[in-house]
Amino acid sequence: MTTNSIEICGISKKFVLRHTRSLKEAFVWIMKGRKGDLSKKFYALNDITLDVAMGESVALLGLNGSGKSTLLKHISGVMLPDTGTVSTRGRVAGLIEVGAGFHPDLSGRDNVYLNGAILGMSKEQIDAAFDSIVAFSEIEEFIDTEVKFYSSGMYLRLAFSVAVHTDPDVFLIDEILAVGDEPFQKKCLAKIKELHAAGKTLIVVSHDLDVVAKVCDRGILMESGHAVMDAPVDEVIARLRS
Amino acid sequence: MTTGIGGDSAPSTVPPLTAPGHGNGLLDVFRSRYLLNLLVQKELKVRYRGSVLGILWSYVKPGMQFVVFYIALGVFLGLEQSPTNRSGMPNYAIYLFSGIALINFFTEALGNAARSVVGNSGLIQKIYLPRQLFPVASVWVSAVHFLPQVVILAFVCLLNGWHPTISQVAVAVAAFIMVALLATGLGLFFGAVNVYFRDAENFVDMLLLVATWASPVLYSWEMVHNKLGPAWFAVYQVNPLSVAVEAFHLAFWYPTTAETVAMVPNLLSVWAPVGMAISLLVLFLGQMVFRRLEGRFAQEL
Repeated sequence: MTTNSIEICGISKKFVLRHTRSLKEAFVWIMKGRKGDLSKKFYALNDITLDVAMGESVALLGLNGSGKSTLLKHISGVMLPDTGTVSTRGRVAGLIEVGAGFHPDLSGRDNVYLNGAILGMSKEQIDAAFDSIVAFSEIEEFIDTEVKFYSSGMYLRLAFSVAVHTDPDVFLIDEILAVGDEPFQKKCLAKIKELHAAGKTLIVVSHDLDVVAKVCDRGILMESGHAVMDAPVDEVIARLRS
Repeated sequence: MTTGIGGDSAPSTVPPLTAPGHGNGLLDVFRSRYLLNLLVQKELKVRYRGSVLGILWSYVKPGMQFVVFYIALGVFLGLEQSPTNRSGMPNYAIYLFSGIALINFFTEALGNAARSVVGNSGLIQKIYLPRQLFPVASVWVSAVHFLPQVVILAFVCLLNGWHPTISQVAVAVAAFIMVALLATGLGLFFGAVNVYFRDAENFVDMLLLVATWASPVLYSWEMVHNKLGPAWFAVYQVNPLSVAVEAFHLAFWYPTTAETVAMVPNLLSVWAPVGMAISLLVLFLGQMVFRRLEGRFAQEL
């Protein structure tokens, strides 16, 4: 029996589009006998059930607005579902927009510690990984420079480097495979494959189908909040491209 | 928070299944105190970036406020006792400064805590971490700014014949804790509400304006007692800030005077425990509201 890393059971998430929030419109709505909904709602996720085994690498595919990133946010705990349950095993770390925890006025060194702690590392863990983080990012000579003076590539490299050194059990990757120049991208890809080989669970959201095909085994196609297809990644990509 | 799935044949080394995004409130803040420490350091480094005076601004501003109040109220309105003005208070400058320092700590802590959740929206929308960290860090940063002011206050009191006793120091520490708990509780409440209604931060600004005048910082408690009478004065005393300011006066200012001034009756026996209880209640309620509202932070920000 395989052990599940993530178990998602019938989750739904409704978002409220609040374009009518003014008092005047609310008044008019009441006067008209409360016809229709004052606020428009839509399902960002609609009854999704999904099990991911440990060590699996899963790609979430679909058009913009199909709910891929929302699903990731439910796995990381940033959002809570309206109905249904999510369970995860071990530590979950997100490469969801790397550098969210970076502060431009702090040095690279301070940011490594701050971001590492935000992603759940202890001081000892960061101390131990620090040299490796800096070496991976290839910005040794700028590590004590304030991050606001970094080029955008350097910034992303350092952020990515911190994230991959957090050593989580489940790794969520959202559109960050386009980090830096081509040599660095290859290095990132190699690192992600290495994590996969080490038995980490990966959930990848990307529109770069070639990369996804290289990294993932299983694909899930999402369409307006529904998971419409769950199959080996090549079949899902073939359907997307047809 | 563990939702172990029955019939799972996983070996014992595999961590259990847990539901993400369900924190344990302030307990989580204690667990991630290293991160809290880093957030406080960041805030202290970043606040006065690019300014020449740097952290000194945290003293120049209250210092200026003190001078203005001292001249206007102490000299012009005659609250300071002098050979020509026997009805004033002795050592009014110390009286004023001890109150202002404590109230400024509260004002800064609550003002920043109320904005802290919205101010860190970028992080909250992307990464799960105990969100209580942000209001707590704001209060902590204010405490770091507050401490040197207390050192200055203690130094001035020593010059004016203060011989500190353990009980006086204990009273001052208790007053500080009372204000810190109150600021954290209100900060959690308004920080969470501010995500849904940005009116909260403006409301807090108004509240803080009132706070300075609603406790005996600038005037003496007897003036309030004489005008309001004992019943309404009790209402005035229910505000933990009033009690904390009076406790600060008792610890720092009172020993520098001839000790003939009347202090609030039953301050330590009744009002201090009441104030502490109210602060704890506010903290409990603030924490409860925060936990109820935090589930929808990411989508509302």
